[in-house]
Amino acid sequence: MPTVQTVQTVLPSLTPLLPELILGVGVMVLILYGAFRGERSVETINVGALALLLVALFVVMSQAPGTKVTTLSGSFIQDGFSKVMKALVLLGSAATILLSRDYFQREKIDRFEFPILIVLCTIGMLVMVSANDLIALYLGLELQSLAAYVIAAFHRDDLKSTEAGLKYFVLGALSSGMLLYGASLVYGFTGTVSFPGIVSALHEDAGFGIVLGIVFVAAGVSFKLAAVPFHMWTPDVYEGSPTPVTAFFASAPKMAAMAMTVRVFIGAFPDVTAIWQQIIVFIAIASMTLGSFAAIGQRSLKRLMAYSSIGNVGYALIGLAAGTEEGIRGVVVYMIIYLAMTLGAFAIILSLRRRNEMFETIEDLSGLSRTHPWIAFCLAMMMFSLAGIPPLAGFFGKFYVFAAAIQANLVALAVVGVVTSVVGAYYYIRVVKIMYFDEAKAPYEAMAPGLRIVLALSSVVVILFWLLPAPLVGAAGAAAKSLF
Amino acid sequence: MIGLSHYLTVAAILFTLGVLGIFINRKNVIVILMSIELILLAVNINFVAFSTHLNDITGQVFALFVLTVAAAEAAIGLAILVVFFRNRGSIAVEDISMMKG
Repeated sequence: MPTVQTVQTVLPSLTPLLPELILGVGVMVLILYGAFRGERSVETINVGALALLLVALFVVMSQAPGTKVTTLSGSFIQDGFSKVMKALVLLGSAATILLSRDYFQREKIDRFEFPILIVLCTIGMLVMVSANDLIALYLGLELQSLAAYVIAAFHRDDLKSTEAGLKYFVLGALSSGMLLYGASLVYGFTGTVSFPGIVSALHEDAGFGIVLGIVFVAAGVSFKLAAVPFHMWTPDVYEGSPTPVTAFFASAPKMAAMAMTVRVFIGAFPDVTAIWQQIIVFIAIASMTLGSFAAIGQRSLKRLMAYSSIGNVGYALIGLAAGTEEGIRGVVVYMIIYLAMTLGAFAIILSLRRRNEMFETIEDLSGLSRTHPWIAFCLAMMMFSLAGIPPLAGFFGKFYVFAAAIQANLVALAVVGVVTSVVGAYYYIRVVKIMYFDEAKAPYEAMAPGLRIVLALSSVVVILFWLLPAPLVGAAGAAAKSLF
Repeated sequence: MIGLSHYLTVAAILFTLGVLGIFINRKNVIVILMSIELILLAVNINFVAFSTHLNDITGQVFALFVLTVAAAEAAIGLAILVVFFRNRGSIAVEDISMMKG
């Protein structure tokens, strides 16, 4: 029948959007359930949100290898890269829900809005990962950011948490503004917002307008990545937010922001590498240096993790600076391993609790090896891995990006990377020294089940990665291949 | 004759004013929210000017999306500000200083 055919040509294919649709429809059901049932629904909504994220993860993972589909008039792309990065985002979000339950119950801020906001934020992140034009990119980014501002201020009777929310909001809004200004210039000087369109409109000798646009986009993107020189919000927001929220900010949104960065620079500006490569090299060097030096004097574990995440973003950006397929594979491998290390470390930070008091400074770890030998062992492995000591996973993450940089003739960048990881090793290994050689303190309470699951899974990845690296490296290789 | 470059200049001036408003402002956070709004409107002028110049509708569609998101952003910003005010009793910029980084 002719009418049916017209409808088919008008409606875009929605199958590539399936994970986002599942999360979107599911979260609306959860909101309604929460609105009707009130605070009694917290338990169900937590389980429901976790189930939604796992179903979306299953849908993402069941995508056939080699798929490359665009939909919604080319503004949304599903390929090997989106598959891996979406899986990481969903794992990070699911782990956050597991980590948060016990903490919020004890802090008596156990509200049903939290898992809902996490799922909304996740939808935004999935759209960021799959965006194939500037409009989709902006909308995904804003959905992610708006939910993130709210969860930073989630402990609404706590001055620090609301202050973190306010700071995050002001600087995040500023960064979105800069990204948009860059996007408007790119649109104006290429005449299109779609990434493939921008590729075909750009030539080697791009004009001043394009250069300015790329600089503003890079500034906006590095805000979201928390890369130097746009990192100043990170330590404050990480310290002020409730700890599970900090764990979330350090994990899933980092994956999405890195995916977005790679998508923009490799997807939209591959022929003008000369313009953005020097920007990325500068950001990488500055982030690695600041991340390793500024962390030395920190006493708070959350601030330590903030500077550690700034440094880690710098290392991952080395792979992007190389701009090659090996480089992007290095970025993806690095992000997989970074996710495992960060979630593991935060599971341990969240378990430092006696009765109703949380302990958040490095000194509180002293003598942990005698009171909690297994937890201390896992944290020591996370720290050795973050420092990049073989045969732990962190070493391989660094190895792949440094190797890609050397292949791309960025030897100086790789050397700076190695030097700063030696400096960084000082503060990571100091944590191990405090745990194993300092005076023991009173034991902490037993870990909550959610924390145990996250810690066990991430420890397995970090400690046993060298036994079986092929599946993860192979997945990262397939992801990188789909971009070139 | 008012051409594309005039619109771009106005937008650039507004954008700069917005950014300066965030960094130089020492009074209160409402002014920061206004500055953010100024930045987004400067971007919209850019989009609409380019859209007319290129004879392409995409820029205007983008501008509409930006307006919508700006409204949501302002709502969330004000909500966070209200919560902050209840805890701190002030919205002066120099009072947002529990944590130093």
